[in-house]
Amino acid sequence: MSQINPDRYTRSDPAPSLWSYRLLRLMLSPYLRRMVFYGIPALFLVGVGVINITNEQRREQVLTTYSEMKTFVTERPEFTVNLMSLKGASDSVMQDIREVVPIDFPISKFDLDLDQMRQIILGLGPVKDVDVRVRSSGVLQVDVVERLPAFLWRRDDGLEVLDATGIYVRTVTSRLQYSNLPLIAGEGADTQVAQAKQIFVAAKPLKERLRGLVFIGERRWDVVLDKGQRLMLPEEDPVLALERVIAMDQAEDLLTRSVKAVDFRLQNRPTLQLRSGAMEAFREIKLMQLGQIK
Amino acid sequence: MTELYQKQRAMRAMRKAAMQRGVIAVLDVGTTKISCLILRFDGVNLNDEGEGVGSISGHSGFSVIGSATTASRGVGFGEVLSMRESERAIRTALQSAQKLANIRVDHVIACFSGGKPRSYGLAGETTVQNQVVAEQDIARVLSACDVPDYGDGREVLHAQPVNFALDDRSGLADPRGQLGERISTDVHMLTVDEKVIRDLAHCVKRCDLELAGVASSSYASAVSSLVEDEQELGAACIDIGGGSTGVSVFLKKHMIYCDSVRLGGEHITRDVSMGLQVPIASAERIKTINGGLLATGMDDRDMIEVLGETGDWEHDRRLVSRTELIGIMRPRVEEILEEVRSHLDAAGFEHLPSQQIVLTGGSSLIPGLDGLASRILGQQVRLGRPLRIHRLPQAYSGPTCSSIVGLSLFAAHPQDEWWDFEMQSDGYPTRSLKRAVRWFKENW
Repeated sequence: MSQINPDRYTRSDPAPSLWSYRLLRLMLSPYLRRMVFYGIPALFLVGVGVINITNEQRREQVLTTYSEMKTFVTERPEFTVNLMSLKGASDSVMQDIREVVPIDFPISKFDLDLDQMRQIILGLGPVKDVDVRVRSSGVLQVDVVERLPAFLWRRDDGLEVLDATGIYVRTVTSRLQYSNLPLIAGEGADTQVAQAKQIFVAAKPLKERLRGLVFIGERRWDVVLDKGQRLMLPEEDPVLALERVIAMDQAEDLLTRSVKAVDFRLQNRPTLQLRSGAMEAFREIKLMQLGQIK
Repeated sequence: MTELYQKQRAMRAMRKAAMQRGVIAVLDVGTTKISCLILRFDGVNLNDEGEGVGSISGHSGFSVIGSATTASRGVGFGEVLSMRESERAIRTALQSAQKLANIRVDHVIACFSGGKPRSYGLAGETTVQNQVVAEQDIARVLSACDVPDYGDGREVLHAQPVNFALDDRSGLADPRGQLGERISTDVHMLTVDEKVIRDLAHCVKRCDLELAGVASSSYASAVSSLVEDEQELGAACIDIGGGSTGVSVFLKKHMIYCDSVRLGGEHITRDVSMGLQVPIASAERIKTINGGLLATGMDDRDMIEVLGETGDWEHDRRLVSRTELIGIMRPRVEEILEEVRSHLDAAGFEHLPSQQIVLTGGSSLIPGLDGLASRILGQQVRLGRPLRIHRLPQAYSGPTCSSIVGLSLFAAHPQDEWWDFEMQSDGYPTRSLKRAVRWFKENW
């Protein structure tokens, strides 16, 4: 507090100059304000756009610059995919996948349409589910879940392998390739594989003799045994009917006799169809028992 | 009178336009500070114009959106002394208020305390034409008032009809539609120096704004600091400002007397400056921080450091007791109050039913003023602060700002003035038409 500033109490004039005051008022007028802050920038941008579009040379220049920038980014090593890794697929499926999704490696990550690839691979029969993604190290990872073969379906034009839900897996030429699979036949049999499976389970006691199932008229099943025997099952409750036939067989050796077919289509009126000549033989035996023929 | 009528009507129209735009600035040009508020009107309600008892000029709700105060320069006794200086000060206030409000304002209502206001009471009487009092009857009774010769270079600032009487019934606020034969009115007219208004208008015009109204600041501060029953029953508002002290008397919600004493806080500061031999600025500081009016024994021991800037250390670093300061300030305040007393006496304040006195203005902040004032002015003295208005900054709620707040209220709810009523239609054209009709009737 030794020196007292002589300017201490005389402040400088805070008044704005007339022109700065007018400018402030001008800038506060709403239309001009909007014009300056929105209108002029918008006009400038539109003008730049119009100039660039109308001039052919500039337009091309803009386009080439754009594509150059695009390739510069997409071709970065961080975005390239170098190889495909397939998992969970058998060799033949792997081959199929490589055939349907041909990719020239290396390729940019942005050029791969993973969704479309997935749809194409899902279109293959043996593929139940597939997961396609690009791993961080530039590897295209394809994880496949295959369908498990459950049935052989004999059709007019060959043998098809179906999975447990009746969906086509592949076509085979010989039954021997899948000799352990149960055989079904008949038009529309693939829609009723669940029932077929139940019948196969129920027919376990006849396993040695069972040849396969035939779907008749797209509504009911025939069980075909060796020696040309058939068990005609009804449309409703075929398993119950089959169990009854098996029970009869176990009790009275029904199926070892000269029976051509057991007709269970009407549950309450089962019918036996005998082989040709069996009826005559049966009559002869009866007559013999009665002593009329010696 | 017609010229005044038109000028004031033009200002009223401008004010109405500003109300329609929704923003208006109010400006108080004082001797120590110039403050400016920017008001935004919300529900503009101009529809009930001319109906019922309500204000003819329309009213609406409003809020403060911008405010600025600056030290005033070139203003003394509430009048513009140096045009350039005060114009710059007004511009400062207007600019910062507009900046704060972020809106451009084109109309301003201003008030000032100077210009030697003088009150006149006018009376007029006339007969009612069609038994029922119509607008035209009011116009006629107003024009029947005998206007005194208030002198050249004076201008009417306010002319408010404060009372209407119909036959023997007096105290009517709005006689329209009532039955009667003779109607008479009392008008309170306030004149000020024309030059003061001109100078102010010029300053405002130089700031690219239009003057949409002028008011006396003693009237404005009374509007904000007198409560309703005080206005109704009779009260005086004493606005002790920087350069002048405004006195206004209210009765029945109308101002019936207005005057100003050309003494104020600056004179106290000058006394302190002279008495203690310190610069004005530090005298102002000592006055506001340590000032008082009633000395006690404690004040003898309360030493105040006086800061001079003469360079003489012994002189600059003196200690003064507070009693000494009070001894300097008190006579001046007493003088101001005595002067106010004499004005009130001249106005016949003692005849009012209630004699409430409200002290406001910056100098009413001196501690002990109410005690001193009650000795000089009478027992019913209180310190007033302005009413709260919507979104008023806290800094503007003190008694220093009662006139700007009152001016905001005045801008929103102006009292009906002479020029708000219908002008008397000149009788001549209708009469000549009648004569023409009669002539036709007689001849055919």
